[in-house]
Amino acid sequence: MAEPIGLERAKIVVREDECKGCGLCIEACPEQVLFVHKHLNRLGYHPTGYKGEGCTGCGICFYQCPEPGAITVYKKGYVGEEVV
Amino acid sequence: MAKQLIKGNEAVVKGAILAGCRFYFGYPITPASEVAEAAAYYLPKVGGTFIQAESEVAAINMVYGAASADVRAMTASSSPGISLKMEGLSYCAGAELPFVLVDIMRAGPGLGNIAPEQGDYNQIIKGGGHGNYKVVCLAPNSAQEMCDLTILAFDLADKYRIPAVLLADGFIGQMEEPVEFPPARTSLPDKPWAIHSDADDEKRLITSINLEPELLEKHNLHLQEKYAEITRNEIRFEDYQTADAELVIIAYGVVSRIVQTTIDDMRAAGRKVGMMRPISLWPFPSAHIVELGDQVKQFLVVELSDGQMVDDVRLALNGKRPVHLHNRMGGMVPSPEEVQERALKILEG
Amino acid sequence: MAEKVLAKAESFFDIYDRNPSPSKDVTHYCPGCGHGVLHKLIAEAIDDFGIRERTVLFSPVGCSVFAYYYFRTGNIQCAHGRAPAAATGFKRTHPESIVISYQGDGDLAAIGTAEIIQAANRGENFTVFFVNNAIYGMTGGQLAPTTLVGQKTTTSPYGRNPANEGYPIKVAEMISTLDAPVYVERVAITDAKNTARVRRAVRKGLQNQIDNKGFSLIEVLSVCPSNWKMDPIQSKQWLSDNMIQQFPLGIFRDRTGEVPAAENKRHIFHVDGLREALELPVETESTIKVAAPAPEFQDPRIKLAGFGGQGVLMLGLMLAEAGMHAGYHVSWIPSYGPEMRGGTANCHVNLSHRRIGSPTVSRPTLLVAMNLPSLERFENEVVPGGLIIYDTAMVTRAPKRTDVKALGIPASTIADELGNTRGANMVILGAYIGYTSILPKEAIFAAMPSLIKRKNLIPLNEQAVEKGMEFVRNLRG
Ligand code: SF4
Ligand code: SF4
Ligand code: SF4
Repeated sequence: MAEPIGLERAKIVVREDECKGCGLCIEACPEQVLFVHKHLNRLGYHPTGYKGEGCTGCGICFYQCPEPGAITVYKKGYVGEEVV
Repeated sequence: MAKQLIKGNEAVVKGAILAGCRFYFGYPITPASEVAEAAAYYLPKVGGTFIQAESEVAAINMVYGAASADVRAMTASSSPGISLKMEGLSYCAGAELPFVLVDIMRAGPGLGNIAPEQGDYNQIIKGGGHGNYKVVCLAPNSAQEMCDLTILAFDLADKYRIPAVLLADGFIGQMEEPVEFPPARTSLPDKPWAIHSDADDEKRLITSINLEPELLEKHNLHLQEKYAEITRNEIRFEDYQTADAELVIIAYGVVSRIVQTTIDDMRAAGRKVGMMRPISLWPFPSAHIVELGDQVKQFLVVELSDGQMVDDVRLALNGKRPVHLHNRMGGMVPSPEEVQERALKILEG
Repeated sequence: MAEKVLAKAESFFDIYDRNPSPSKDVTHYCPGCGHGVLHKLIAEAIDDFGIRERTVLFSPVGCSVFAYYYFRTGNIQCAHGRAPAAATGFKRTHPESIVISYQGDGDLAAIGTAEIIQAANRGENFTVFFVNNAIYGMTGGQLAPTTLVGQKTTTSPYGRNPANEGYPIKVAEMISTLDAPVYVERVAITDAKNTARVRRAVRKGLQNQIDNKGFSLIEVLSVCPSNWKMDPIQSKQWLSDNMIQQFPLGIFRDRTGEVPAAENKRHIFHVDGLREALELPVETESTIKVAAPAPEFQDPRIKLAGFGGQGVLMLGLMLAEAGMHAGYHVSWIPSYGPEMRGGTANCHVNLSHRRIGSPTVSRPTLLVAMNLPSLERFENEVVPGGLIIYDTAMVTRAPKRTDVKALGIPASTIADELGNTRGANMVILGAYIGYTSILPKEAIFAAMPSLIKRKNLIPLNEQAVEKGMEFVRNLRG
């Protein structure tokens, strides 16, 4: 799982099982690169997903999200493993 | 050891400091104010902290915070102030926080007056706050015991992680007697559970909340077990002339001093009377009373209330022997002669 | 934000083991609730400042009562509204700790109003995060002190009516009227810009504490989608449109620059110089010899009474203190309180070879009456064969009792002649010990230094005692 990710581009990872589907991140993302999944997660919410590109790593979604572990933002130039 | 003539209220503070207490949070109220005043005077001199809280409620909650740490802390008040502290006492009992609460009882109900009474027996012993809890309760009857039992109260509080109450009355607080002060404690007991402001704190939690009934019942059972252990180990009392007594008078606090004179006077006249003085009001010396009941024909409880401790004596004896009550209220204190008159009436049937 | 990754803070537990619910990786907060955001900002700051190991979080009563599930710090959960008091208590024991009082609006601005104002006013060196969402969350949506006018809650079903419930309390403004607080700001968890302000405020509030600057309070306007009955996005809109009108954002107090930073020193327990500090007596060999008094004067039970200014309490204390020096068991008990303030004073003293029973004296063997009302009030209490000593300069009649001994002495006149009108009590004391031999005068003199604060008055008092003794000697001829 912990794949090395020397990033050329920023990205975010949503831990689906920690997402409560409040939608605040989606609403706030200036790049509009987040979306609502059709499926339900373990908690019964539609979790947020990342479109896979377009994230600038601005961090806005991270600070909008109330769940401590739901969103991780990797900025451009991050070198290292994915945070688990 | 050299003695010092000192007011009971002040002996409490010196005793507390000798026991290692360095933190006092309180609110002034007659007849307990000298405790706060002495704490305000002495604590800064020994590297301690005194804070006059904005209220009795704040004072006990400051103690809640301080008692969560690896130190010894205390507060004191008098009856109306103790009523206000009941919320905090229940929380401290729930969170198993050790500290010492001093109650210099005055007359009630309501604002009442500042004369001595023992009307707080029920609110301390029976749990004036909510929930199933007990506090250790020691009842001094001299300035010396105001010191000694304060120290013992700290030790018991820490040994069992339980609030300990020193229950005295206005007279015991205001009276001056010679006191011999023991050596100071040079270190504090280990409190691995307490918040230390260090790396292990993440494992430590001080709380009284438990949303799961099953878990809260478990916590309650744990408390009950602890109370049973304290009851096994920590009952304290004093017998005075009970060996051949036909009538035993049961009294605590200043009343036990008055009754001592009654006993002396009656013994001088050849009467077989004695006194049993509970020193720990909780745990209560019930078993000892039952034992006395083998030989003693009758009991007389003398107290400054509507008859609060007498209930525990009657519960202990469970009808085995007659239990009489002689009580005064409102700050009236019986004289030794008044008690004698009542005792004679009982003896003469 | 030099960090290249924004991830869950180290100051959160990985797994929320304290949460009894089976989902131990998510908070108990409702979707979109502002608490989680504020938690994240606080945890991030704790990480960044490297203060986790000495941070202690006080959780309130309210939705954030379980903040201790999440924060990997010391945790103390306390009674509703009392966190600032409990935090005060703890912080004083550990000044080096970083104490956070996390409180909601019911907790801080209703039931705990006294505690927050007084902690702020003492300038306690801790940081308060005050979450204002204009409603009671945990109890299910009742009126809060900060509920807006007209806002419907379960206990203001027709909307908050100022005529009935008053107006919403502005905590940040109120606290900033006090002198002590260092930093008070109101922020709001809404859009990215405002949330960045929250982040700055959180960090500043903690930095102030690290620097020992004093009290910081950050009021955080926050959404409660569940009880507002809106979705999280609507909630933020409602907050922006309505709450900020009533609770304007901004800094209300900032003395951060004025207050010098200082180190928070750990409290050290020690017993150095303890006995001296407590003014405990030092061991001395007592050389005081007591002659045996006549049997009727042994083990006296004494009542002393007079006007407030006559030194009756001091006379009693002197007897008790001297008795102690002479090896007696002693007790002294005053009438206390309003009676004392009202101008009459009396006290009871026992000196005995045996452990003393009743400290109160109902049947005195000695009555000292320094004025007429005292004689009238207590004369009949004296035991037959007892002794009454009275100041003939003040008491205009002799005792009526014929079954007691009476010793009249013009104590006030004698004291006046000595140039010390207040010394009548010591003249009486001299007369008493002279008459009964209960104590040698050396015991009295030994007692004086601890009772007479102004040392230059001691010789005068000694003289007064001598005069009293002399009076008795002359009486006997
Ligand atoms: S980091 Fe910024 S751009 Fe990337 S998803 Fe989050 S809000 Fe959108
Ligand atoms: S803000 Fe967090 S919890 Fe809400 S939808 Fe986005 S990822 Fe999920
Ligand atoms: S009730 Fe309101 S304040 Fe409480 S957790 Fe839910 S949204 Fe948050």
